[in-house]
Formats: sequence, C-alpha cells, structure tokens
Amino acid sequence: MNQEQVIKISHLSKTFGKNVVLKDIDFSVSTGDVTCIIGASGSGKSTLLRCLNLLETPTTGEILYHDRDIANLHKEAAAYRAKVGMVFQSFNLFNNMTVLGNCMVGQIKVLKKKKEEARASALAFLEKVGMAPYINAKPRQLSGGQKQRVAIARALAMEPELLLFDEPTSALDPQMVGEVLDVMKQLAKEGLTMIIVTHEMAFARDVASHVVFMADGIIEEEGDPAQIFSNPQNYKTKEFLSRFMRG
Amino acid sequence: MPQDFFGRIVYILNRNGMSYINGAINTMIIAVVGTFIGCLIGFAVGIVQTIPLEKKDKLFKKIILRIVWFVLGAYVEVFRGTPMMAQAMFIYFGSSVVFHINMSMWFAAFFIVSINTGAYMAETVRGGILSIDPGQTEGAKAIGMTHVQTMLYVILPQALRNIMPQIGNNLIINIKDTCVLSTIGIVELFYATNGVAGALYTYFEAFTVAMVVYFALTFACSRLLRFWEKKMDGSDNYDLATTDTLAHTSGLYSYTGNRDKEEA
Repeated sequence: MNQEQVIKISHLSKTFGKNVVLKDIDFSVSTGDVTCIIGASGSGKSTLLRCLNLLETPTTGEILYHDRDIANLHKEAAAYRAKVGMVFQSFNLFNNMTVLGNCMVGQIKVLKKKKEEARASALAFLEKVGMAPYINAKPRQLSGGQKQRVAIARALAMEPELLLFDEPTSALDPQMVGEVLDVMKQLAKEGLTMIIVTHEMAFARDVASHVVFMADGIIEEEGDPAQIFSNPQNYKTKEFLSRFMRG
Repeated sequence: MPQDFFGRIVYILNRNGMSYINGAINTMIIAVVGTFIGCLIGFAVGIVQTIPLEKKDKLFKKIILRIVWFVLGAYVEVFRGTPMMAQAMFIYFGSSVVFHINMSMWFAAFFIVSINTGAYMAETVRGGILSIDPGQTEGAKAIGMTHVQTMLYVILPQALRNIMPQIGNNLIINIKDTCVLSTIGIVELFYATNGVAGALYTYFEAFTVAMVVYFALTFACSRLLRFWEKKMDGSDNYDLATTDTLAHTSGLYSYTGNRDKEEA
C-alpha cells in the first residue's frame, strides 16, 4: 500500500499551569494506520488526542499535517478539524437535533453540501453503523451504544482523512462496547486512518497496526501490537499489561 | 349607583368597560413588544459577553473586546440596579429638558421596557449559554464548525429552550410593571383604572376589576408559553424508519475478538 504520512508530531509538550501533562512527544501516522494509544488514566493519552484536534493548544512543539505545521495556525483550525474527525467518550451529539440532523449539519454548514446530497450520505453512514432506522430519534432517546454509533456516523459523514477516538467505549456497558467496537473494526478493515485511545486491550491487539503505550506524559514504548502485547520491553508496559491480561 | 359590591362592579363594567379594554390592550402591547425587543437586546449582549478570548488572539481584538465587555457590563448593572419608574422619568423628561429630544410617549415606553428587559435578559442568556455542556461545543468544533456556526446551530437553540421559563417570567413581570409608565402618561391598565376609580370614588371595586384583568393576562401568557415550550421539546416518541420490525438494529452480540483461539 502506498503510505503517505498524514500527521507527524515532534517535540510536543503540553502544560496546564505548572502541571506537565505531555513531555516531548514524537510520533507519526500514515494513511491506513490504525494506531491504538494505551496507558493508565492520567497518562496524557486524551490530552495528546485533543492536541491533535487542536481542542487543546500545545504548549510547545509542532504538529505537521501533510508537512504543514498546524499547531499554531489559529485561523485555519476549523478547516483543519473538518478533515480530522473526533469521536468522544461522552458522545457529544447535538441534543437539539435528530440523529439525521446530527449527521447532516456538518455537511451542510461546513462542507457546504446540498441538503439532498447531505441526507443521502448521512443515511449511507447511518446504515453502515446500523442506526438507519433511528433517523428521527433525538439523542436523549437513544442508549449509549446507539449514541456512540451515531457519533461515529456523524464523524464519518464529514469524510475525514483521519478519525480520532477518545475512549469511545469507556462510558458504555459491555454489550454496547461490543456494538461500537464492531463498527470500529469494520472501519479499520476498510482502511480508514484512525488513532484510538482505548482501554480495550483485546481490541487494540486485534485491530491496531501500531500500538503506543504512554505513562506520565511520555511515550514509553511503541511498536507492533504482537510485540507490545506478547513481549513488552519496558517494565512499565509489562506492569500495565499484566493487569489487563490476567483478567 | 347600586349599593352592594357586585352591583357596583357590574355598574363599573357597563360604564367603563371600554377604558379597561383599551388599558389592557396598551399594557399588552407595551409588555409584548418590550419583552420581544428586550430579548433581542439580551441575546445580543449575552452572545457578545460569551465570545471566547484566547491567548493567541490579536492584541487589537483583545482590547476592543474588553472595552465592549466593560460597556455592556455597565449597561447591565445600571439598568438592573435602578428602578424602572425612576428610569422612565429620567429618560422621558430628562431627554427633553437636557438634550431637547422630544420622544413620543410611546417610543419612550417601548424604549424603557425594552432596555430594562434587555439588561435582565443579558444575564439570563449568558447563563443559558454557559449552562450548555461544553461537550456540545467540542462536538461542533470537531466537525469543523466555527464559533459563529457553533453558536447559531448548536448552542443558541439549546440555550433558548433552557431560558424559555425566564422569558415567560420577564413577560409577566413586564405586564405588571408597565403600570409604572403611568407616570409618563401612558394610558395603560393602571392609569385607566385610576381614572375609573376616581370618577365615582369606587377604588375598591375598580381595582378589583383591574386585579382580575391583570391576573387573567399573566395567567393566559404563562399557560401559552408553557404550551410553546412543550411544542419546542417535540414528541417524546419517535418512529423507526423501517418497515421490517424484525430488523437487527441494536448489535446483539459483543466483541470478543479471537482471544480464546490465541490463548488456547
């Protein structure tokens, strides 16, 4: 496969006041990569993801998107975000719109698509995540897993180049986790470029093409999932994984 | 004139019914128009007050925004912090004496009620915007919406719904408070009642009628707004857009991966 580098992060740091959350992060993602970021809560995984989407402004360092530094491009942040989708732990569906409206509004207002066109593509993506029958429902009428699948469809409807997942299954019960992971696995198969922050180790092992382990704001270890999960080198990785793998 | 209470009320209604109706109409016109314009002012001020200021913004934008915020803050504090009756006298008579502006009585009435309601609504709108889960803003940003788009399509519709009770509150307060405009000569319900009462010296009866009319107006408005709120909420039910009722829609199995296979 012809792999082009989509995102390259170098020397990225983020501090909140005196609290250093990310220290000198370097990593890159190419088209078709499914990168899973694992690590304990508070290790900076989510902050890293939020920096990638400019929801947080990195303190120092650069984020190269197709070789252009976007970390300090304030004005174009919105245009950049339209190309880099994000799925949140708390879904963040628009409460004032129906399922269909959620999937159409970005296409119409941001991508300036015609209504009919937006509707057709929204329906196609909702179909894909198994939520097409629910187009008339409001978010408050859906279960967590259903909301998350709609959120994925909403992000996909923007036809992003890269999709970020911030612990998409952490707020869900085990059955709902299954339905969301199925959708994500399908997307991975289709070659969508994804960066996934997750606590679902089995999923990371099966689906990821690349695994990044973070602890205390540092990338401690990264590599092939088979290698990270079966033969971790770093003692922090070993300790972290031993807890998950026993269970 | 009849000697008993109810007899006098009927007598007053027959004799002065039209004054009451005219007064009530004027009261409602001022209250509704004033509340509407006040809401527009409140939304404008509230929206400006919640524009996010970031470190990276240009110095020029920061300075302008801070000045505008200060002016708006002063407006809100002054008009919330002084009585509407005093404002009415100050603006209506003050403007003609000091600035030689002769505003019509009606213009003054709309102006005073609107600007007063605006000051209260500004805080209400600001609160309404701040009460929306930040996740909604993040969700909108994440699909590439600008601040204006986020406000317009995501935040304000939700904020509007949340502050509907407060808008109703303001309308009811305005219906009652227009009576202070009698000081600048507007013939609204209170002024009209005063005339009726004075003509025959029937204060108790005249104001009984006025109270009933005021209550009818406010109660009708409050029910009407409640009904409107319900309508905004939409249906509690939704139809599945499928004809196949057995359609598999909710993912009935869990992701297990091939873990067992590997570990075996």
